[in-house]
Amino acid sequence: MADMTLIEAIRCALDEALAQDGRVFITGEDIGRRGGVFRATQGLYEKYGARRVMDSPLTEMGIVGVGIGAALADLRPVCEIQFADFIHPAFNQIVGEAARMYYRSAGGWRVPLVIRVPYGAVPGGGLYHCQSVEALFAHIPGLKIVVPSTPRDARRLLHGAILDPNPVLFLETKYGYRQIRGEVPERDAPLLPGPARIARSGVDLSLFAWGLMAHYAEVAAERAAREDGLDVEVVDLRTLHPLDRDSVLTSVSKTGKALVVHEDNRTMGFGAEIAALLVDEAFECLDGPVKRLAAPDVPAAPFNRGMFDFFLPGPDDILAAIRDLAAY
Amino acid sequence: MPGEAVTRPSQVLSDDTLLEMYRLMLLSRRLDERAWALHRQGRVQFHVSAMGHEATQVGAAFAINRGVDYVVPYYRDLAMAIALGCSALDFMLGLFARRDDPWSAGRQMPCHFSDRDRHIISGSSTVATQVPQAAGLAFAVRYRQRAGLVDPQDETQPRLALTSLGEGSTNQGEWHEGMNWAGVQCLPLVCLVENNRYAISVPQTEQMAIPSVATRAAGYGAQGESVDGNDVLAVYDAMHAAVQRAYRGEGPSLVEAHTYRLTPHTSDDDDRSYRSREEVAAAGEVEPLLRYRSVLLERGLLTPKMVDDLEAQARARVDEAQRAAEAAPEPAPQEADSPVLAPLPEGLA
Amino acid sequence: MPTTLQMPKLGESVIEGTVSRWLKREGDPVDEYEPLLEIITDKVDTEIPSPAAGVLLRIHVGEGETVAVGTPLALIGDAGEEVEARQSARAAGSGRHSPAVARLLAEHQLDAAAVRGSGREGRITRKDVEAHLASRQQATAPAESTTPGELLPLTPMRRRIAQQMVASVQTAPQVTAVYEADMGAVLAQRETLRAEHPGLRFTPVAWIVAATARALVEHPTLNAEWRADGIFLHHERHVGLAVALEEGLIVPVIRHADRLALPDLARAIADLATRARAGQLRPDEARGGTFTISNYGAGGCLVGTPIINPPQAAILGVGALQQRPVVREGALVARPMCYFSLTFDHRVLDGALADAFMRCMMGGLESGMDADREKQDR
Repeated sequence: MADMTLIEAIRCALDEALAQDGRVFITGEDIGRRGGVFRATQGLYEKYGARRVMDSPLTEMGIVGVGIGAALADLRPVCEIQFADFIHPAFNQIVGEAARMYYRSAGGWRVPLVIRVPYGAVPGGGLYHCQSVEALFAHIPGLKIVVPSTPRDARRLLHGAILDPNPVLFLETKYGYRQIRGEVPERDAPLLPGPARIARSGVDLSLFAWGLMAHYAEVAAERAAREDGLDVEVVDLRTLHPLDRDSVLTSVSKTGKALVVHEDNRTMGFGAEIAALLVDEAFECLDGPVKRLAAPDVPAAPFNRGMFDFFLPGPDDILAAIRDLAAY
Repeated sequence: MPGEAVTRPSQVLSDDTLLEMYRLMLLSRRLDERAWALHRQGRVQFHVSAMGHEATQVGAAFAINRGVDYVVPYYRDLAMAIALGCSALDFMLGLFARRDDPWSAGRQMPCHFSDRDRHIISGSSTVATQVPQAAGLAFAVRYRQRAGLVDPQDETQPRLALTSLGEGSTNQGEWHEGMNWAGVQCLPLVCLVENNRYAISVPQTEQMAIPSVATRAAGYGAQGESVDGNDVLAVYDAMHAAVQRAYRGEGPSLVEAHTYRLTPHTSDDDDRSYRSREEVAAAGEVEPLLRYRSVLLERGLLTPKMVDDLEAQARARVDEAQRAAEAAPEPAPQEADSPVLAPLPEGLA
Repeated sequence: MPTTLQMPKLGESVIEGTVSRWLKREGDPVDEYEPLLEIITDKVDTEIPSPAAGVLLRIHVGEGETVAVGTPLALIGDAGEEVEARQSARAAGSGRHSPAVARLLAEHQLDAAAVRGSGREGRITRKDVEAHLASRQQATAPAESTTPGELLPLTPMRRRIAQQMVASVQTAPQVTAVYEADMGAVLAQRETLRAEHPGLRFTPVAWIVAATARALVEHPTLNAEWRADGIFLHHERHVGLAVALEEGLIVPVIRHADRLALPDLARAIADLATRARAGQLRPDEARGGTFTISNYGAGGCLVGTPIINPPQAAILGVGALQQRPVVREGALVARPMCYFSLTFDHRVLDGALADAFMRCMMGGLESGMDADREKQDR
């Protein structure tokens, strides 16, 4: 058992994957000698060499496109997009190519590709280092979307993503990289994308979140228990696509109330899908409106700190939303 | 010119190979013509044509290790697919969007080739997206060789990636980014540009400020060459040089084959709005199938009798493939909702 | 332009309030700052003064209704002034049920009017229906079904006390231990202080609060709360004092009780108790306690078993002060005696620590509070 930050757990998983499987290589901008702008790949270039820990030219489209080609050739590429904000040039390679390959070739070709993407608001990041992109990609069939919120999950889900024969977008909360710590077992089985995690069991309302917001949700739920005697069930979705629908429906059939928290913009955010699912399939279980706590519909968290704090939901905001819905 | 004879790789091709190239060009042409007829009869929904490109495609295919090297073609590559081993029936099943269409089971438009056994990668209809993927396949070739996973001389293993596209597609960022990657990492990639002078309706002069796409190779540290794309043996020779460079680890090449599209862009297009009939008719005078037939007749490899026999054979194969495809079952409508994700391997699920 | 009176935010973290009583009717003239209505937020009754002079044109929220902070409560303006269309302060309320409630009502063929709603604006929640069904089952038991009687509607305070007490016994394993102290020294000292501070009302409660606060300094584990990740020790000692009201109970808090001298304590206790009974406490004055004392002895009770005020770790119950025969140096004498009951959360501490705390507390009482703070051995 070791105490790790989120980013240490990711680095640990990359190191283990490179050691275990000769087909695994990693590429991206500044991930070699520099060890990544967030240091996620620190020390790996020295350990495995430039052939397997390969700095890419400055081309997100190329990073993903080359990754797809290598995956088609049965290698196991792990590509890094430096910031989620920079993923848009690669959108067509991910959406038009990787995600459609299996279906369009009637199962002939598969793309076992992992794309690691630091995402979300971070103080001082500004409009182009703070974006949340999960909803853009969650809409796309053929793509798996994983968002770990604990070091243990980050490590085993990254292993699971590499084992998965499909393209996996692995979203990493960069604000949580060093803020989130936790115990990571010495040995742990890989976790394939899919199941949600009941982070806290409760009966009064269900709180759905992922990434940094799942971390904050646990903090807020503990406070609600302590200060208000409210028993909130926190469901860390972990994988947005394919969604663990059973866990979502089971939780709300127990509590009757649902709150979704995301740092992505509200409109057409992933919370809308949860709300639609609940109305569709758990209508008679609902004892209140399905509520969303989300960032406003602006491009991303602004650079100014005051505006940043206004933009990003925090534990206080989540607690207020819990109280509001519990009182309904 | 005996000195030249030694330097042209096509000159050592066997008679059988030369005839096989003709047979494949012919089959592609007759399949293509039939598809147009079926479309005009309302029996198929769509066709995208390779007519006029057969020399470029067959010449290129014969220069690589067919069925082994990775090929990432585009939708105009019917003759290339036929030359790589896809059958007339494969094409017809796709044309009729049948359940057993081996390329996409009726999901994609016709001529979106895909064959895992023959190392033909499935493509989209969006142009140039395949170029970075081809660079990735070339990267994988080199990765396996350097990791000692395969012998670089082993001809049963892919040793390069070939991708093809039209000249208009070289204006796309993906082409640039893929070529640059291959250049900077010195990857075994061959990019075949089938220059038919039009990006649908817009002529090359309005697409780029240079007369030859091959000159763009310099920007990537790649070898660039232009060739007469209506001369199958000239294409073979140019491609052969590029392929050998790739095999030797000398990096990517760009081969630009100048040719002409004898038909509209697709069955939905009408080229009369952007090409004069005189221009199209003139192209018909130098079109590759007739040209190659003349060469073979001249060399005595073909006789008029053989020409007729081969025509009859091709016609019979087209008829048979069409009949079989028309009789083949449609996919069940609910197969539209087939899995988009590959199942997990045994032991992981 | 009429003035809208909104539900005020009465203190940090208060998000809603209940209208307990309107002091004016629609059409009544009101002066600015004249009391208009009474509201309850969390535990406190308070009067709301009118924000303007004029006529109470419209009451938006009826008595007994709970609304969020900021909700319009009333409209004040000139007589005959046009009243805009009534704000939909209760749009989500009566008559509209959530799908879960609708299903339950239908399944059990229940009339919604029979179920009391505890949700926002009196909305019936799923839990309300479930509770109603449970009580109906009890109510249909033969022993109770035919007895004539009447149902007292629950006041918000009653409901809140019930929730708190149920939560307390359901979450904390509670142990009650009973001790006895001689209050002679306290009574003697009271005489001295009364002489020094004429007009100030001294009761033994001041000594009990002082002794308790000092014992909490010595034994911080009693000034604590159980949390999932550990036992949280408060660094400040805010002692709540339960005050009985006609309709229930309220616990005003004496902040930093360990820092107050006896006269200051006596003053604070008198002030809080008076204002609590008058419904004039600010909501924050009944929050943030770290330990509670219940002086049920005032009503004559000798020994009680108080229930912890969650999330605190302990509560001290004070029995009636009585002259009782006790043995002193082999002889039977009458002494002013008092029973103390300490209920503590057994998750947080064990009996030995409870004993040590009470020895410390009662030592302070029996030796007089101005004595130094050396531990008393008994």
